[in-house]
Amino acid sequence: MFDNLSSRFESILKKVRGKGRLTEADVDEVLSEIRAALLDADVNVGVVRTVVARIREAAIGAELSQALDPGQQVVKIVSQELTAMLGGETLKISYASKPPTVVLMAGLQGSGKTTSAAKLARWFKSQGRHPLLVGADLQRPAAVEQLRTLGKQIDVPVFSEPGDPVTTATRGLAEARRIGKDVLIVDTAGRLSIDADLMDEIRRISDAVTPNYTFLVIDAMTGQDAVNTAEAFHNTLAIDGVILSKLDGDARGGAALSVKEVIGRPIAFAATGEKLDAFEQFHPDRMAGRILGMGDMLTLIEQAESVFEKEEAEKAAAKLFEGDFTLDDFLDQLQQVKKMGSMSSIMGMIPGMPKAAKGAEIDDDMLKVTEAIIRSMTKEERRQPEIINGSRRTRIAKGSGTTVPDINKLVKQFTEMQKMMKRMGGMAALSGGKANKKGKPGKVNPIKMAKAMREMGLSDLAGPGGGMKGFPPPGKNPSGIPSEGFPDFRDFR
Amino acid sequence: MNTAPMILLILVGLVLVFGVGVVVYNRRQAASQQSLEAPPAVAVKEVVATQEVIAEESAPPVAVVVDEPEPEPTTGAVRRFARAAGIFNGSFAVLRGKDKITSETWDELEETLLRADVGLKTTTALLDTLKSRVGRKDISTPQELLDALQSEMAGQLSSNSRELQFDSSVKMPNIWLFVGVNGVGKTTTIGKVAFAQKALGRSVLLAAGDTFRAAAGEQLETWAQRAEVPIVRGNEGGDPSAVIFDAVQSAAANNRELVLGDTAGRLQNKSNLMEELKKVRRVAEKEAGTVTEVLLVIDATTGQNGLSQAEQFALATNVTGVVLTKLDGSAKGGIVFAIETQLGIPVKLVGLGETIGVLVPFDPEEYVRELFAEA
Repeated sequence: MFDNLSSRFESILKKVRGKGRLTEADVDEVLSEIRAALLDADVNVGVVRTVVARIREAAIGAELSQALDPGQQVVKIVSQELTAMLGGETLKISYASKPPTVVLMAGLQGSGKTTSAAKLARWFKSQGRHPLLVGADLQRPAAVEQLRTLGKQIDVPVFSEPGDPVTTATRGLAEARRIGKDVLIVDTAGRLSIDADLMDEIRRISDAVTPNYTFLVIDAMTGQDAVNTAEAFHNTLAIDGVILSKLDGDARGGAALSVKEVIGRPIAFAATGEKLDAFEQFHPDRMAGRILGMGDMLTLIEQAESVFEKEEAEKAAAKLFEGDFTLDDFLDQLQQVKKMGSMSSIMGMIPGMPKAAKGAEIDDDMLKVTEAIIRSMTKEERRQPEIINGSRRTRIAKGSGTTVPDINKLVKQFTEMQKMMKRMGGMAALSGGKANKKGKPGKVNPIKMAKAMREMGLSDLAGPGGGMKGFPPPGKNPSGIPSEGFPDFRDFR
Repeated sequence: MNTAPMILLILVGLVLVFGVGVVVYNRRQAASQQSLEAPPAVAVKEVVATQEVIAEESAPPVAVVVDEPEPEPTTGAVRRFARAAGIFNGSFAVLRGKDKITSETWDELEETLLRADVGLKTTTALLDTLKSRVGRKDISTPQELLDALQSEMAGQLSSNSRELQFDSSVKMPNIWLFVGVNGVGKTTTIGKVAFAQKALGRSVLLAAGDTFRAAAGEQLETWAQRAEVPIVRGNEGGDPSAVIFDAVQSAAANNRELVLGDTAGRLQNKSNLMEELKKVRRVAEKEAGTVTEVLLVIDATTGQNGLSQAEQFALATNVTGVVLTKLDGSAKGGIVFAIETQLGIPVKLVGLGETIGVLVPFDPEEYVRELFAEA
């Protein structure tokens, strides 16, 4: 997600970072590269022009700051501009005092309205609401059928009737009131923004159901036309927010960056995968961090907190630092991590990862091989990998459909990791406070730990192509984003 | 200081680094040992979409690919396409009226190309060529410059053959596969192609290879009914290659000449799904049948990501042509210019709407003219 853009920015900004003095030529060079990066990412030409001008003005006019060198200042300015471009704050949904809260979905053909409608319904459900879906796309063959199938999968009722979409929407609203649903999501047919008849039709649907929220669904792969579309829909419907679909592709998502700038409405949600739960609220500030290659630790932590059992995690960490961490424990943790979402999306949130992960194709099948190998081991082998001899290796390889060298590799890596973590635990315990004799992770000094992890070359563990560079060191925070109590991972290395 | 997040992060990092590290290694080991898989038996039912399949053979062959209500299909296409023109280039006429080429002229040209999604790299290359010609005094007025740019672009586009490949001398039936990312209009395009090919007198069969998206099979079946051609469907969630395989077998048994295979939309960076597509292509030719076209469907609204789409799909399935859909909207689809010139994949068809007839052959000169058209 936005990976290409982030690696571009990383390398552009690397040039000025740490520079004591910036000449006008330096600024020009950076700006022309930023322009190219934004254009390649499909940010609208007009938007690029304004943003580059704003950055130039800020970079040249900026007062010399005591804390930041000029290079850092440029980074800070770019980061602020990106955040502003993305729309500042997260859209907060407020519910209608007199239910149902009505949501209208609009967009071009194939932008992903039907799937997004179902995902949104699932999201409302997760917020404790009771949505009803209305299939008012009576144009595309089997669109209502598709919505019904999706509705079944998420256990949300779907209302539709053949004939006129405006009538269907109106009847859907009545139905929601009748059966006491508090959220109504109206899916509509895809339409071109220049098709006057169909634009008039959706305006009539909108008039009939008076939506609290009108969402425009935009494909993350859209090019320059995104702003034309957004403007046209906004003029007809008064858009409240954008749902960005297909953000799990390798598109750089510049359409997302442009829309807010042009219609002044934020991206509210983003769809990040084919599964119906791959749908999240969009946090502009965090996304700016991701784009600048600063990772998105906040989302990562939130997601981790939502799946990990706190006590279990602490227990596992304690074991880890004492060197008692077994392959069984690893398997347990693996299950938790898997709940957090796709590997690529997790990777994207770790600072410094996008670029590193690019070399290796990351997808969810990758962990399966590791898992298969461990599952092919006996309990004893998982506790003490050192007992694995030649015949055991052959058996495990057979059982997991891998080869003997694979098993060797896994055992070797695991042993190395165990050693490293134990050393790190010892170190952290030493520096983190005398009270925690057993290396209790609750008292570990995270700054020291991050440093230790980096120094011990976590990257060596990553294997060919996996190259995670470890966590960056703490330091000054030129991005200006508050760091909320843990080491500032968003800093640049 | 709250350290709980730190612990979680360490655990997550650990799992990722350790888990994935081993696998990347494994992948490389396993890369060469691909097995040839037999198409699994999946319950497939053949649905004859119309009562009058027999009648279709006697339908008079029509020479034109399109059933355009207007007298000249190309003019119709131009008019549809032109609806969108002028949204962004009102100032172009002003420049054209001037007698000197200034930096403004270049900016305007660059912006026009960029706005049409031609992309910065391609745009810069095109304009650099022209700049040197202006330097040599080959070109001196804005009007000449514009003409030169258009002929340069059309010239770069026109070397490829844009015929749809149908060969009755190969192992029959011919198979045309339709691939692309989600939501570009694959299923609709198949409906239109089926209609046009039937009008050419070919016996067509549709294969509903999109077993993933909810109700994709129903959608294709509706198109089969409209075009009055038979369709082979599998179970939702079933193996797509089995569906295509069965469709090909069925076509071979019933002497059908052309199988149009639908596939599920997939993002090109999902390696497992791209592997699935490779398998679909392999299995399609396993017994009867020859794949003579793999058509990548690209939405005209697509931006620079289109190039990555073309690259990845070409790697996986050896794409033979592009279908540019939704050109009746305000988007110009300029990315196909980069796809053609950088990857050598020709655009073969252009989709101009949701009705069954509007699919026309791609005409490079007309297309380039429309990029600069003024309403």
